[in-house]
Amino acid sequence: MFRIIEVEARLFVRDRLNSVFALLFPSLLLLGLGAVPGLRTPDPKFGGLRFIDSYMSSIVVFTLVFIGLQRLPAVVATYREKGVLRRLSTTPMHPARLLVGQLVVNFCAAILSVLLTILVGYVVFGVDLPHHPLGLACAVVLGGAGTFALGMVIASLAPNARAAGGWATVVFMLLMFFGGVYLPRFMLPSVVQQIGSYSPPGVEALQQAWLGSTPDWRHLAIMGLVSLVAGTVAAKTFRWE
Amino acid sequence: MAIIEVRDLGKRYGPRVAVDSVSFEVAEGEIFGILGPNGAGKSTTVECVAGLRTPDRGTVSVLGRRPADVRAAIGVQLQASELPERLRVGEALSLFSSFYPSPVDWSERLGLTPHLRAEFGRLSGGLKQRLSIALALIGSPRVAILDELTTGLDPQARRDTWSVIEDVRSTGVTILLVAHFMEEAARLCDRVAVFRDGRIAALDTPSGLVSRVDGSTRVRFVPSAAVDVASLSALPEVSDVSFAGEQLVVSGSENLLHAVTSFLARKQIVARQLRVDQVSLDDAYVELTGGSGVSDH
Repeated sequence: MFRIIEVEARLFVRDRLNSVFALLFPSLLLLGLGAVPGLRTPDPKFGGLRFIDSYMSSIVVFTLVFIGLQRLPAVVATYREKGVLRRLSTTPMHPARLLVGQLVVNFCAAILSVLLTILVGYVVFGVDLPHHPLGLACAVVLGGAGTFALGMVIASLAPNARAAGGWATVVFMLLMFFGGVYLPRFMLPSVVQQIGSYSPPGVEALQQAWLGSTPDWRHLAIMGLVSLVAGTVAAKTFRWE
Repeated sequence: MAIIEVRDLGKRYGPRVAVDSVSFEVAEGEIFGILGPNGAGKSTTVECVAGLRTPDRGTVSVLGRRPADVRAAIGVQLQASELPERLRVGEALSLFSSFYPSPVDWSERLGLTPHLRAEFGRLSGGLKQRLSIALALIGSPRVAILDELTTGLDPQARRDTWSVIEDVRSTGVTILLVAHFMEEAARLCDRVAVFRDGRIAALDTPSGLVSRVDGSTRVRFVPSAAVDVASLSALPEVSDVSFAGEQLVVSGSENLLHAVTSFLARKQIVARQLRVDQVSLDDAYVELTGGSGVSDH
């Protein structure tokens, strides 16, 4: 199993465009926004916070949905389409391990990227470190699991790699919208804000764990439920060829 | 003792019958060839033996067990199965060798050593093929199943690959080979099953297949005078007489030439532009598979 994770990690790094984007883009986005003076001035609109403080959770949303929906389903669907999974099913190793390796590597990449964002925010702009680190960890892990599970559902149901990419992009756009990546959440109608609290990866829980006190356990429970249901659907419907 | 045993195998995909009823046995150390047009059920049969598909009907056993239970003892090379684009040759070899208890490195013998750092997506068709053979053999299998062994290889690489297969066999490995043309089957196989419409149309040694074809010898000539076709056809060695323009074409058994020339000598007819053709394996293949190279499936 370790060998597979190692190989998958090498392949991840070798896929330069995606890996650099997944790991560095969120932090670069933060640096870019922070360079605008108005966005790093406290404003009553953000409850006396700066724009960049309130946008941190949306950057995490971007990281998780990018990796979970733009990378994961495409790679898995391509493995199936190219017969990689079929090839492995002739060996004593079950091809499911390749998928596990893929999940592990992408998950680690997401965690690294989030840590880097926290670090850049703290060092460069003095953004508070997460107020409730354990809560944030739970929100990232459960939110990531929910998003990855959706990505796997798409990889399972899409007829081919092209379709998987297309479907995943639609979901990717929607989740970014609800997660306040395009427009800050305070500008969104309250219905959309509500949906965003419950749609993976759960921006509200991230926000509360970071800048509030504790995340709402109901939001976390919903994320857990989404991961469980989507994960089960993906596992039940997955085709190996 | 049979290493591979296939009994009354049947497999359909929806309404389409891929394999109707196929039975054969492969003995230890044998190279067994499967030949036939596209859609004749070759790959499906091979995939059932490799444990990739579950038959609808009949049984398949390898080393006396279900194929899925003896994966480590079966090395498989499949049609249309690739590796991740950016995976390097050396990484693929080391990854696959980690799946097996006693891996064997075939990269030197298959000429892969200079390409260990090359990425799979950038390999030529021939190199991909050689890598896929190396991966099929890496677990030192007792049974090797090779589909599309030499597709995409140039004639030299093809011959090199054949000699690798002969080496592999000399170590006692039993080989099930999907051959795509007769020359390959004739060179490598001890026995060949010719598939047609999901069944085995003929199963024999390569030379046995040739002798099954009626009129395995053909004599053509332009006679110097009119020939009495009826009495020529009556000769026991002759199976068919026909005209091709002014040329007379006589088909028959192996002793045909002697029979025809002595017949002509008795009638004092001279055979001009005399030619003798032996039926080749390719002719036998075309005859046994019903004339068309590609079936309508």
